[in-house]
Amino acid sequence: MVTVSMEIQLALAGLLFLTGLVGLLVRRNIIFMLMSIEIMLNSAGLAFVIAGSHWMQADGQVMFIFILTVSAAEVSVGLALILQMFHHYRTLDADALNRLLDKKKMEN
Amino acid sequence: MNDLIFLIPAFPLTGFLVMALAGRYMSRSLVSWIAVGSVTLSAVITIMAGIPFLRGPNSTAITSLIYTWIDTGGFKADIALHMDALSFVFCFVITFVGALIHLYSVEFMKDDEGFARFFTYMNLFVASMLILVLADNLLLLYLGWEGVGLCSYLLIGFWYRDPGNGYAARKAFIVTRIGDTFMIIGLFLLYISFNTLHIDQILRMAPADWEPGSVKAVAAAILLLGGALGKSAQLPMQTWLPDAMAGPSPVSALIHAATMVTAGVYLIARMHTIFTLAPVVQTAVAMIGAATLLIAGFSAFAQHDLKRVLAYSTISQIGYMFLALGVGAWSAAIFHFMTHAFFKALLFLAAGSVILLLHEEHDMHKMGGLKNRLPVIFITFLVGGASLSALPLVTAGFYSKDQILWLTWASDTGSKWLWIAGIIGAFVTSLYTFRMIFLTFFGKVKTEPSHRPGLLMTVPLITLAVLSVVGGFVEFPGNMMPVQIFSGIITTVLPAIQIHSHDIPEWVFQVISGLMTIMGILLAWRLFYKPSPFETVFHKSRLNNFFYSGWGFDGIYDALFVNPFVWLSEINKNDFIDRFYNLLAGITRLFNSLLSYTQNGRLRWYAMGLTAGMVIILVLMMTL
Repeated sequence: MVTVSMEIQLALAGLLFLTGLVGLLVRRNIIFMLMSIEIMLNSAGLAFVIAGSHWMQADGQVMFIFILTVSAAEVSVGLALILQMFHHYRTLDADALNRLLDKKKMEN
Repeated sequence: MNDLIFLIPAFPLTGFLVMALAGRYMSRSLVSWIAVGSVTLSAVITIMAGIPFLRGPNSTAITSLIYTWIDTGGFKADIALHMDALSFVFCFVITFVGALIHLYSVEFMKDDEGFARFFTYMNLFVASMLILVLADNLLLLYLGWEGVGLCSYLLIGFWYRDPGNGYAARKAFIVTRIGDTFMIIGLFLLYISFNTLHIDQILRMAPADWEPGSVKAVAAAILLLGGALGKSAQLPMQTWLPDAMAGPSPVSALIHAATMVTAGVYLIARMHTIFTLAPVVQTAVAMIGAATLLIAGFSAFAQHDLKRVLAYSTISQIGYMFLALGVGAWSAAIFHFMTHAFFKALLFLAAGSVILLLHEEHDMHKMGGLKNRLPVIFITFLVGGASLSALPLVTAGFYSKDQILWLTWASDTGSKWLWIAGIIGAFVTSLYTFRMIFLTFFGKVKTEPSHRPGLLMTVPLITLAVLSVVGGFVEFPGNMMPVQIFSGIITTVLPAIQIHSHDIPEWVFQVISGLMTIMGILLAWRLFYKPSPFETVFHKSRLNNFFYSGWGFDGIYDALFVNPFVWLSEINKNDFIDRFYNLLAGITRLFNSLLSYTQNGRLRWYAMGLTAGMVIILVLMMTL
């Protein structure tokens, strides 16, 4: 079994996180943004697993299970919201959806 | 009687309260009954309370403690009334003349929409004035002093729809307020020195504590004099009184001729010990009086408005009273106050009737020939005018003014220059008085009066006309008849005058002043009985304009005080302190708008913010 040093493992987790972050920032499609968030969550989970295996502790895997649960819940709520959004506005462009903005404040 | 004198101010005060609360729901006749009735009852009580004073010099003052007003930390002020001969004379004039003027006002104001409001103010005025003259301590006196000032303001601006009247009211209030400030500082000084404001105690302690001419005595006298000058419209604060004629004529008669403007005379007479201890200030009082009577006399000569003539004449006559106070002729000043109240109230009421019946025509040049149209007003006005110009022997004005002139010469502190000023003033007085009479009542009829005055107007006029004649018979010059009732009762309160030895007998002065009056009348007859070239030439002259403007005092004050003040307030329209705080608010609002710009509702922008924040924190953690 090939062992890889922890720095490289963590670098992979960081790369994954950056990929997700950049995806979140540059994408306008809200589904892609949601997916980018999933990538970031997974990178965090990966970092937990790396840490757990490094110190031979089960906590890392436990935390990863939690993160999976949270992300599953998040995705289900997020997808439901996206469905509603598309239903109302017929668009998936996040920038077009700034209607919660207080118009009066903008005029000031 | 002690227990009853509180009723003197209480009646008008009650009348004021009733009318202030319910006046608008009451019928006009009920308002008239309350207003006239309350002042009349006060007059009755005053006369009852005053009988002991009339009996002789052994009478003692009546004091009545109503209520302890303030008693804290060693400072004590009571609402307590003190009636002696001096207060009695003032009370008598205020209530008696006041009642007549109230009666007159019932007819004068009968078509005015502010009928109840007018009598509310008038009753409050009478109550305040009575408190002023009956107060036994200076704080209560000051309360009355401010009360009459307030009523004066309210009544000058009574017809408030005309902005000019409001301006006149503010002018009167502000100018007298300058004097009031002097006075209250004077009260502080007296309190610091004597630890009391009780008038009797101050007058008793002052000669013991203060050397004659000491700094404190002079300062106290100057400060009190400042208050007196403002209230009594003397130089240099005389400018408000001619403008105060914007009020209804009964107001001019009661407040701006008979009573309130003589409050300064009362104050100086009441605090006479302080002034005796400051001979410099007392001399200044005499000189101010002499200067004022001349300046106002000449100004009166050039006026067109009937009431303004009388206003300047009032300033001039109060100048005589100040002259008398200044030379120590206390009793003569109070005597002139009383006769002046009778004849000047009469003149104002008669002038008010003329103006009312001629449809608010104030200009004397547009009047004329009224002697056959309005005989009662003409005769009473003539009597009042004769009394004002001191027609010898038959008028009250002669006895009081002649006494002042004689004592100005003969008093220890008098001088011939003051006498000369007084005698020129007497000449000018009769000149402008009869100019007014000839222009108004003689010649051709220029404006027809609308109707004859009713009984409510003529009865007060006739009563006052009778008093303007017989009011002088309570005090004769020493060389004519041994009747000196008035000075007899006044000297129980005020010291008798010291007369120095002299070569010229008294009758010479009486003849001179009598001749001056008659010459003035003859000159007025020559110039104004028929339209003469003098009138038209003088009318256009610069001197006339100078006199007409009241010797340019208004212009000087405008240039010195009013305009700089207006200019300052113009440039500081946006108060600079406000500006500072507005700046703070502006900066906060700027940050708010900058921050609220970041809240633009763009999801990616927020994510960017989160990321930036995270990066900053990470960088900080790594570098620190």
